[in-house]
Amino acid sequence: MIKIEMQNVCLGYSRKVVLKGLTFQVRPGEMMGLIGPNGCGKSTVIKALSHIISPYSGKILLDGQDIKKIQRRDLSRLLAVVPQMPLLPSAFTAFEIVLMGQYPHLGLFQYEGPKELAIAWQAMKKTDTQSLAERRVSELSGGEIQSLLIARALAQETKAILLDEPTANLDIGRQVEILDLLKGLCRDNNLAVLAALHDLNLAIQYCDRLVLINNGQIHVEGTPTEVITAENIATVYGAESCVYEHPFNGLPCVLLSAGNGRASGARDEIRKDAG
Amino acid sequence: MTLEKLKPSAIEQSVSIHFPYRRSRIYDILGLFILLAVVVILAATIGSVNIPFLTTSNILISKLPFIELAPTWTAALETIVLEIRLPRVILAGLVGAALAIAGATYQGLFRNPLADPYLIGVAQGAALGAVIGFLLPPAWHTIGPGIIPLLAFCGALASTATVYGLARVGKTLPVTTLILAGVALGALLSSIVSYLIITSGEKMHGIMFWLMGSFSLSQWSEAIIVLPYVLLGVIIILLYARPLNLVQLDEEQAQQLGVNVERLKLTLLTAATLITAAAVSFVGIIGFVGIIIPHAVRLIWGADHRFLLPLSVLTGAIFLILADLIARTVMAPTEIPIGVITALVGAPFFLYLLRSRKRVIF
Repeated sequence: MIKIEMQNVCLGYSRKVVLKGLTFQVRPGEMMGLIGPNGCGKSTVIKALSHIISPYSGKILLDGQDIKKIQRRDLSRLLAVVPQMPLLPSAFTAFEIVLMGQYPHLGLFQYEGPKELAIAWQAMKKTDTQSLAERRVSELSGGEIQSLLIARALAQETKAILLDEPTANLDIGRQVEILDLLKGLCRDNNLAVLAALHDLNLAIQYCDRLVLINNGQIHVEGTPTEVITAENIATVYGAESCVYEHPFNGLPCVLLSAGNGRASGARDEIRKDAG
Repeated sequence: MTLEKLKPSAIEQSVSIHFPYRRSRIYDILGLFILLAVVVILAATIGSVNIPFLTTSNILISKLPFIELAPTWTAALETIVLEIRLPRVILAGLVGAALAIAGATYQGLFRNPLADPYLIGVAQGAALGAVIGFLLPPAWHTIGPGIIPLLAFCGALASTATVYGLARVGKTLPVTTLILAGVALGALLSSIVSYLIITSGEKMHGIMFWLMGSFSLSQWSEAIIVLPYVLLGVIIILLYARPLNLVQLDEEQAQQLGVNVERLKLTLLTAATLITAAAVSFVGIIGFVGIIIPHAVRLIWGADHRFLLPLSVLTGAIFLILADLIARTVMAPTEIPIGVITALVGAPFFLYLLRSRKRVIF
């Protein structure tokens, strides 16, 4: 079990601040959704949490320990990342890619034995990718690669998983399948899961809490019902929407209609109505 | 998180798709070892004095520890094999192994199929050092094992260190910057070398011959100096084969999977540069081996660095020993620069491989 924590964190690239004042927690057994418009910094948050970039100020803690002080290898035994559609080296087979997840569990000069192979194989079973095992990565579709990367994260056997748009390339059937899997793992194994998501309706259905980012800071954080309101959506995305209750479970649901985007002045109308 | 208890069947299945491939690679490595031994004996057999293959093998075997063989050959033959041909063969093998594994390392680290051991200034630095050595007054040439190899080695290290310093951004070493800095500094050094060559007068022939590479002056003393560098460098690189596989993803993913990428780059660049510098200092800038051997190995055996690297070492050694054999025998007693042979023989063979195996190699 592990708790991910950001305390008043300020992030950016080459001295240009992208995000500031980030404070939130992801608790064990909790699935947290990171939402916000394009370029708002969702991927930056994931890079910071996996210590690819260091914060300008503030602290990032894993179970109370500053990640700056955690060795790279130890960190990757605690926290796995599913990147957003990376280029994979085409000469490797799918199985070899998944097997790479076991890297941090082996000594530097140790080779994978039957146990590591079996863990990778099992992770492929969970993500329904075993049939791809011997195919080369260059022959796989976007959706298949996405599932493979999730299998790799599972093979990493961590206590926390960060996902950058895990469903972006999947059809709706696979989207639900993958998120069901993550939700199940999260609940059964007390994983802390943080997923950057574009699809608001999926985020609402699967996440216990949501963080909505806008203009370089957290706009609002809370349960899906608290975060997803027509007003918040209009302010952040500039699109007028209809938010209503899902007939199955009463969670909020976002419906869009044509001609109500930012360019059509939806925001102004909302402001006028509010005023 | 632990995936639930592993079923024996799962272990069997995963092992069955992974281990046969690994086992066959290990047999191939053993096979290449045997081939290397045969090639060494072959190269020590052929030359201006004809020595039967079996005699050569017996001479070599009799020198192995714990083996006593009554000599059935003359002392003169033993001298030819052990003192004249063998050092040359060993040096060619060492240089071939060094260039091939350094090439594979640079290609892997830079994720660039066009990378070769000379990409970041080693060759141009060595060339400048060597040319300066040639131009020094004769008195200098009596120092130690030779002023030319010494200056070439220093030149190689100095130019790579400069490239490294120029390319560094804060605490990181971006690969693209490194390559560009290497190419730019290399061009600068090359033009200085060219200028020195055209103004070198009667020394021009010697310089040109050195630049194209030759084993004609090889002695045990040289092989003994090169050996520890190559051995150490190869061992270090082989130990880092698995993280090198992960870097193929990209540096960010490698870090997220637990690789300390910056330290890996520094370690591998240092090792690859040292062995390249040691190799070229004595025998000149031998081209083609470092770029093509790793690709040929990839075409035949695949891209997994744990096999790519050792197979490159063996293939590189075998290839350069054979190339040197051709260089000294085809037009005997005239020697052809080995750089001419490596490309003349190697390129058609590589093109054949490229056409016949249509697999994704990079």
